[in-house]
Amino acid sequence: MSRQREDSSSAEIEIRVPKLPESVSDATLVTWHKSPGENVRRDENLVDIETDKVVFEVPAPESGVLKEIIRRNGDTVAGDELIAVLATGAEIAAPPAGAQKSVAAAVPAAAPEAPAPAEVRLSPAVRRLVEEHNLDPRRIQATGKDGRLTKDDVLNYLAAQGGRPEPRPPAEPPAPVAPTAEVRPMPAEEAGVRRVTMSRLRQRIAERMVEAQQSAAILTTFNEIDMQAVMALRRRYKDAFEQQHGTKLGFMSFFIKASVEALKRFPIVNASVEEPDVLYHDYYDISLAVSTPRGLVVPVLRNADGLSFAEIEIAVMDFATRARDGALTIDELSGGTFTITNGGVFGSLLSTPILNPPQSAILGMHKIQERPVAVDGEVRIRPMMYVALSYDHRIIDGRDAVQFLVAIKNLLEDPARLMLAV
Amino acid sequence: MARSYDVVIVGAGPAGYVAAIRCAQLGLKTACLDDWLTPEGKPALGGTCLNTGCIPSKALLQSSEFYHLATEQFSEHGIKVQGLAVDLARMQGRKDRVVSQLTGGIAALFQANRIAWLQGHGRLLEGREVEFTPHGKPEHKEVIEAQHIILASGSRPIDLEAAPLDGERIVDSTGALAFAEVPKRLGIIGAGVIGLELGSVWRRLGAEVVLLEAQERFLTMTDEQIAHESYKQFDKQGLDIRLGARVVSTHRTKKQVTVKYRQGEDEHELKVDYLVVAVGRRPHTDGLFAAESGLLLDERGFIDVDEYCATNLPGVWAIGDVVRGPMLAHKGSEEGMAVAESIATGKEVSIRRDTIPSVIYTQPEVAWVGATEQHLRAAGEHVRVGTFPFAASGRARALEMFEGMVKILADADSDRILGVHIVGPSASELIAEAVVAMEFSASSEDLARTVHAHPSLSEALHEAALAVDGRAIHVASKMVRKRG
Repeated sequence: MSRQREDSSSAEIEIRVPKLPESVSDATLVTWHKSPGENVRRDENLVDIETDKVVFEVPAPESGVLKEIIRRNGDTVAGDELIAVLATGAEIAAPPAGAQKSVAAAVPAAAPEAPAPAEVRLSPAVRRLVEEHNLDPRRIQATGKDGRLTKDDVLNYLAAQGGRPEPRPPAEPPAPVAPTAEVRPMPAEEAGVRRVTMSRLRQRIAERMVEAQQSAAILTTFNEIDMQAVMALRRRYKDAFEQQHGTKLGFMSFFIKASVEALKRFPIVNASVEEPDVLYHDYYDISLAVSTPRGLVVPVLRNADGLSFAEIEIAVMDFATRARDGALTIDELSGGTFTITNGGVFGSLLSTPILNPPQSAILGMHKIQERPVAVDGEVRIRPMMYVALSYDHRIIDGRDAVQFLVAIKNLLEDPARLMLAV
Repeated sequence: MARSYDVVIVGAGPAGYVAAIRCAQLGLKTACLDDWLTPEGKPALGGTCLNTGCIPSKALLQSSEFYHLATEQFSEHGIKVQGLAVDLARMQGRKDRVVSQLTGGIAALFQANRIAWLQGHGRLLEGREVEFTPHGKPEHKEVIEAQHIILASGSRPIDLEAAPLDGERIVDSTGALAFAEVPKRLGIIGAGVIGLELGSVWRRLGAEVVLLEAQERFLTMTDEQIAHESYKQFDKQGLDIRLGARVVSTHRTKKQVTVKYRQGEDEHELKVDYLVVAVGRRPHTDGLFAAESGLLLDERGFIDVDEYCATNLPGVWAIGDVVRGPMLAHKGSEEGMAVAESIATGKEVSIRRDTIPSVIYTQPEVAWVGATEQHLRAAGEHVRVGTFPFAASGRARALEMFEGMVKILADADSDRILGVHIVGPSASELIAEAVVAMEFSASSEDLARTVHAHPSLSEALHEAALAVDGRAIHVASKMVRKRG
């Protein structure tokens, strides 16, 4: 990623674009966070680079001064391409206050110079609302400066959840997500129409969605799962689990384990199409759909069959955090043999997920809702979840699809089956 | 062989010199052309702001305020003074020193940043060329090539036909800063920012001051409540502000100026020793560009630019007072920095417009950012208002400077801060907190939940933010609110 240059006065390090995986031809240099002449600390983020799948950061390998920027905002860059030069050694004195672009310093001096990437910074009013309503700030759409949450964002979120006390007029349309949209001059539009250019990430997502629809024969089969047993298990062991493994016991580990077991029984669901061949995979890399302010990203949990419940939960939590901060690596986003998506967190009861090419199937989890169901001839209230399996009918026939989903249902309705693999 | 640069900037005021320094920081080969000459005939950087505007006026405002405090307020503090006198020459001397220290500082920055300082007149030609004529050496006129040109020629005071300047008794703001004696009676046409500041200076030093304002209402660009409060304060200080007064003619004798003005149906006459014309400023484009260059001006005479400050000519930009927008130094500087970055990165950089603060450096100071209450209500917006008087501020009382108030306007639904208006001590500094808050789309609750040091004037902002929600601590609240 960087190389030393021969220079007698001070060492110069070349800053280069990281090597890109084979499937990615080039990338876009989105935003420089430092300017020539600015001091840089080791590990501080220098620049954001975006590929089809992910936006990632390039940190400074050493402290020093950014000497020269070679590729600019918006440029298309290749893997390993030289984009800047960093001069290490003595740092320059800060230029006079008047000459620097105004640095917003809303937080008083106690804050560190560069915020830790994983930290979520909340303004006082947002903090209060989040605490009061027990919210996960990562779930809330942010329209403030640099992706921050405003009080209004949270109030809107609560209104959408039905928790808002006072009535209010419709919210303003959300600010554009893409960083590049701000700096390009827009063609003039008539009043009432706003044009926002899609970020590269979103453009690529859009392409893949259409591609999936056009090449595969996608059907969806549904079933429902009585979550009572899983929920009872969680309630019973959640404290012990947390104490033993240092992480919360969620639902994902159950679903991932059940999916892997079902994939073992129905290998065609774990395969992909490369006409005229079917490629069977002996490994189980589960893609997990994560929603971020930038768009949908799908990190891959590798060799999920070899992971314990705790290991799965830890990995899932880590993905969610880093996805939101745009800190996932390209390797983490490539591959996958089967995808799980969860619309339930947003309140979806039922949906028809779209395939994640080149995979052949995707499992959709939904909201757990208490419903009256018939159990042994009696009406009982049970926590039910609808599940959907969208599949490529070119290689997976209806019977396998249905039975795959039934297998997952059975494994989860009686979790002992997971342990015994029956 | 013509000299050539990456960027040539015409004008070294706060817009031009800041653009020049930023260009140099970004690695561009930069030249800055300026034709300013001091009264002694020396070239100086800094434009109107440093030489005859912002800085000298603030220097005199400070000196005159000290005299005012000494004569009017020290006794309040138990300090007895005798034999107080004004040495105006010395006061002016200090002002001149401050100016030259700062203009010298800019020159040093130019050197440090290796910016070529071209002293003389600049004129835009066709096709990315600037004609440069050095001071007093027209035979050395040369054509300079540039990849990019930034025009930052600034503004000039507007002339009033009814009161032509004679540089002696009828003067503009520059002349008003340089009086060699304290006028017995000073007339000022225009009670805007400049008129009020100049009026304050001479009033404090002992002049009788009359301001003739053509508009029916005072400080129409400010929030009405703030304008009203300010008027009261200035009136108490002895500034005789006459509204709806349109000057019809002036007549000069050796030692006096007679001003005829109309108020409503009636004609009035005012006799003063000196008369200042401070009715506003207009963009300065005389001799700035050749007709063949093709540069377009808008209908009000400003250089026509888009939102990124690009003119109709490729590679030519314009910033500061010579383009549309508030004629404020910091607005020019912000445009200068954005244009420098647009040039350096090749991607147009957007310019902040909604959160530019304005200040009047009277005492009490007046400062504001964002929308006024009257404007919001006229637009049908639902707003909540929080105000806090400095009379209830511990610090203000201890300072014996407790006139004025802080007023915060927030959207009734989202609580987002839409405007902040302050009249009071150090309003020019206090407004910065409001600007930062609005930059981050803060709600009034965000300010209310931010800890402010005690005792400080900034607490007044804190209390005003609490007042938006009807729960200020240090003034009795009318509303009884339940939790949440």
